[in-house]
Amino acid sequence: MPVLPMEQGLLLAALLFALGLVGVLVRRNVIFILMSIEIMLNAAGLAFVVAGSRWAQEDGQVMFVFILAVAAAEVSVGLALLLQLYRRLQTLDVDAASKMRG
Amino acid sequence: MILAWMIIVLLLGGAGAWAANRFSALWSRYISLLALAIDLVLVSVAASRHGQTRIGQWLVELNLNWIPPFGISLHLGLDGLSLLLILLTLFLGFISVLCSWNEVQKRVGFFHFNLLWILSGIIGVFLALDLFLFYFFWELMLVPMYFLIGIWGHENRVYAAIKFFLFTQVSGLLMLVAIIGLYFVHGRTTGIYTFDYLQLLGTSISPAVAMWLMLGFFIAFAVKLPALPLHSWLPDAHTEAPTAGSVILAGLLLKTGAYGLLRFVVPLFPEAAKAFAPAAMTIAVIGILYGAVLAFAQTDLKRLVAYTSVSHMGFVLLGVFALNEIAMQGALIQILAHGISTGALFVLVGALDERIHTRNLDNMGGLWAVVPRMGAVTMLFCLASLGLPGLGNFVGEFLVLFGVYPINIPLTVLATVGIVFATVYSLWIIQRAFHGPQREYPRLHDLSPREVGSMALMIATIIGLGLAPQPVLNTMRPSVESIIQGLGVGNSKSAVAGSPGSLDQGGAH
Amino acid sequence: MLDWLWLIPALPFAGYIVLALAGARLSRAIVASVGVGSVGLSTAVALVAGVSFINSPPSNHVYSQTLWTWISVGNFTPRVAFYLDPLSLVMTLVITFVSFLIHLYSSEFMIDDAGYSRFFAYMNLFVGSMLTLVLADNLLLLYLGWEGVGLCSYLLIGFWYQDPANGRAARKAFIVTRVGDTAFAIGLFLLFTHLGTLQIQEVMQRAAQHWTMNSPLAIAAAALLLGGAVGKSAQLPLQTWLPDAMAGPTPVSALIHAATMVTAGVYLIARAHVLFSLAPPVQSAVAVIGAATLLIAGFSALSQHDIKRVLAYSTISQIGYMFLALGVGAWSAAIFHLMTHAFFKALLFLAAGVVILAMHEEHDMYKMGGLRRRLPLTFWTFLIGAASLSALPLVTAGFYSKDLILWSAWSSPSGSTWLWIAGLVGALLTSLYTFRMVFLTFFGEAKYEVNYTPGNGIRLPLIVLACLSLVGGIVELPRTVGGQPWFSEFLGSALPALRYVEGRTHAELVLQIVAAVVSLSGIYLAYLFFLRRRVSADGAARSMLGAALDRFWFGGWGFDWLYNKLFVTPYIWLARTNKDDFIDSIYDGIAKLNEVFYRALSQTETGKVRWYMTGIALGAIVAVAIVVFL
Repeated sequence: MPVLPMEQGLLLAALLFALGLVGVLVRRNVIFILMSIEIMLNAAGLAFVVAGSRWAQEDGQVMFVFILAVAAAEVSVGLALLLQLYRRLQTLDVDAASKMRG
Repeated sequence: MILAWMIIVLLLGGAGAWAANRFSALWSRYISLLALAIDLVLVSVAASRHGQTRIGQWLVELNLNWIPPFGISLHLGLDGLSLLLILLTLFLGFISVLCSWNEVQKRVGFFHFNLLWILSGIIGVFLALDLFLFYFFWELMLVPMYFLIGIWGHENRVYAAIKFFLFTQVSGLLMLVAIIGLYFVHGRTTGIYTFDYLQLLGTSISPAVAMWLMLGFFIAFAVKLPALPLHSWLPDAHTEAPTAGSVILAGLLLKTGAYGLLRFVVPLFPEAAKAFAPAAMTIAVIGILYGAVLAFAQTDLKRLVAYTSVSHMGFVLLGVFALNEIAMQGALIQILAHGISTGALFVLVGALDERIHTRNLDNMGGLWAVVPRMGAVTMLFCLASLGLPGLGNFVGEFLVLFGVYPINIPLTVLATVGIVFATVYSLWIIQRAFHGPQREYPRLHDLSPREVGSMALMIATIIGLGLAPQPVLNTMRPSVESIIQGLGVGNSKSAVAGSPGSLDQGGAH
Repeated sequence: MLDWLWLIPALPFAGYIVLALAGARLSRAIVASVGVGSVGLSTAVALVAGVSFINSPPSNHVYSQTLWTWISVGNFTPRVAFYLDPLSLVMTLVITFVSFLIHLYSSEFMIDDAGYSRFFAYMNLFVGSMLTLVLADNLLLLYLGWEGVGLCSYLLIGFWYQDPANGRAARKAFIVTRVGDTAFAIGLFLLFTHLGTLQIQEVMQRAAQHWTMNSPLAIAAAALLLGGAVGKSAQLPLQTWLPDAMAGPTPVSALIHAATMVTAGVYLIARAHVLFSLAPPVQSAVAVIGAATLLIAGFSALSQHDIKRVLAYSTISQIGYMFLALGVGAWSAAIFHLMTHAFFKALLFLAAGVVILAMHEEHDMYKMGGLRRRLPLTFWTFLIGAASLSALPLVTAGFYSKDLILWSAWSSPSGSTWLWIAGLVGALLTSLYTFRMVFLTFFGEAKYEVNYTPGNGIRLPLIVLACLSLVGGIVELPRTVGGQPWFSEFLGSALPALRYVEGRTHAELVLQIVAAVVSLSGIYLAYLFFLRRRVSADGAARSMLGAALDRFWFGGWGFDWLYNKLFVTPYIWLARTNKDDFIDSIYDGIAKLNEVFYRALSQTETGKVRWYMTGIALGAIVAVAIVVFL
């Protein structure tokens, strides 16, 4: 089985993660933020898979499945929150949801 | 097992009282009284059944495993000292339930739940012979007390409740650190890691470490006592608490501090306690004078009584650190007498507040003509508080002073001057509230039969303590003697700094 | 019969309990019978005990009875026990008898007062405490009685509590005496620490064994007890409370502030005479305090207008005589004067009470006058009391007791000519102010229409006390007049007799004549000043110096002013300034500091999610950088 070159795999994961992070930081729409977080989670998952293949351990893939579950949960909770947010504020702009400032 | 039941009955009674509020507020009150009565029966059974055949100083002991890996056990023990304090707890428990009969109308069930849980925490504190368990009960007292002040208190209750909680919590954490420190010191020297009080007694600790650990305990207890300058939570808490809360605070919570000093600080760290004694006694005397002067300045009657507690508990601290039998017995009598006299004063102030809706002395005057019975009872307890012979406080204060005199004359003199100050504020209460020209009052009723009953009990007790305190002294004697013996072990090693006299019991020729 | 000793204090206490619990519901007749009856029974028991004590004296002339052990801790074991010896027997008899008469008087005098039962309750409590004081077998029980009478004094001075002035006087009395009591208490600590007991007789024995003459401990102990005695007996420097104490009802002034309680200090010193003998400096201090007080109070009495205040200062002055006697070692002379003083001063107060009642609460002597015809019985009894107080030679009891004191001051080893002269000047002052009072009140033109005749309840005590004031002196006759020192012989087993200095005794008759002349000339001077007005006292008082002196004396030599400036004002200032407890503000400061930090940190909480994310990202980068590069 061809072994994935670890450097490229990790670089891709880092790139994806950075993309997601930038997305989270610059977008104001909650939907896009959630999507960016998905990307970050998957980037982390990718890193696990790459590492698992490098050391020929199944743990990496187990972790990816675990991350998938977490992501699914996160999306469901996140979307519910998003609906509530929209109902309350009539907007999807996160900066508008700043009631908890000190 | 009877000791555990004493605590459990109150816990269950509290839960029951809360639940019973569904049906009627009256049910909550009756269930609370019932729980206290059962406890009283349990105590008397425990005291009488084992009174004859006692094992060492413990009348009854209970030792069960709790968390063996850490050396934590459910170790409870009853001796003369804790027996008397538990009797005081139950007595004031009854009084608290009775005095809130009319005053508390809001969330009655939850009120009694808190009340009984505080009491069970206090009884636990008086019984625990395992430091971890002791700490557990120590904290158990706090939370319901916080609610009691915060929910049923007067105008400024939230501030007072938070202040109370912060002071006691922070100092409690210091004690926890000291407990764990002691645990490890003992573990390292003997290889046995245990929180058991009896095993920790006589741990050999280097003087410096012992001093730090002792201070950890001391500060926790000094906050509760309260000793200067850690007293400032007390006036606020007492003033803002509902009557029952003030009674329990002044009558019982302060006493846990004194109990802690006697049970833990002195026996666990005899050398450090001896070295620290002059400082502690100085603090005590300053507290006596300072509290008395401040009490005189107050216009809020409840606050005034609160400051008198600072002054009176100074005598307790003084007596404990005189480290001889007479003074310690005096401190114990003072604990009991102060619990009753100050408790009664708080009940009376509460009753007055209920009738004329003010605690401000400027709005009172001439009440004697309107409510003579109340005036007479207040007069009696003010006299107790100024140390009139024949009433309990006199015996306590004078025994303390008799014990302290051989050790430190200047402090004795200053403390005696404190009694003059006590006269000033006590007479001031009578003058401002009951004497003087009569003001306009709405129709007032004098003490009701229920109030007369509870007052009569307290009066009988305070006079009994004053004229025939011997049974009480006899009950406490084994405990005090064992504390004194514990001190004697290391007596030769270091002379006590700063004490001109010898430490033996006063009266050497 | 001595087994019933405990009943003597117990009966008045029982009366108190009955009246305190049920007094408000009882009729006046029942209240009076309980109040007077309990003291009457107590008097009867005391008389029976006295008779049996004299007829068949117990061994060593001492009888003691233990009721129960009060406290027992280590070697501290004071008991509730009574001790009867000639000294306490005399005190008990005087107290019960005078108390009974005054109670009887009060049952009529106070009949219109709303607080009738409260009055008798307090009075009974007082009698019980006073008897406990004199019968106590140990110093702690004595202290109980001591504080108990102080409390009753407070309660009764402030009896009419609606008037804040009465409350002030009452508090002053209690607090000033408590200052003295502090010294007393410290004395108890000292005695117990060094002698290991508080039982009075053992204390005295051990003190004599363990302490040498002039040893510092003996001096300290005696000085501390003196502190207590000075407070209770209103002697210099704690005398200021007694004149104000006249705010109480007149029977109270008669009983507590003349006949019994204020003499407790004298009793204490006589009881502890062994200690004082071991401390000659303190004993001389007692004499000097007595001499100074009797002069100061005598001058003050001279310029008072209020009849009761004159009597109050006179009481201070007469107790000064007793202290003088104690100070020169004439223990039994002091007790003798205590007894005769109890009779004639109680009489004077009771008669003054009738005058005040007849004048509708008027106390000012300058508004009285000519009452001689309106109140004949009162006049005659008052006159007898006044004569006795002025020590009118031969016919009055006061002469014998005061003469004995003057004589002792002259001829005792620790006496001196100066003390004698002070006593003599005091005697002149005494008869001057006493007859000033008599002339102003009962002679001259009537300024007020009086229609009042006292009933039997008031008349009987006046007559009995008047008789005693006349003949009470026969129990101790000096050598020059028959020589029958029965009283001091009786006290002999409890109080050692005074040893006179040889060589000064031959002058006894001369001295007595001098004293008699002084006393008579005082009366004559009073006659000149205040009745014939040959010499205008008003004119003297109006001159610059006279007015200044008058004001100075009137205000009690400025002691009140001084104490106010020295103690009261600073204390109140201190309390008021620190009302909010500066320690609390330290904790408030900590709380404020926390608030500042909290405000600063809460600035970073913008509520913007992206801001937080940036924070997390940067934090993660920094954390990774630390791990990687360090």
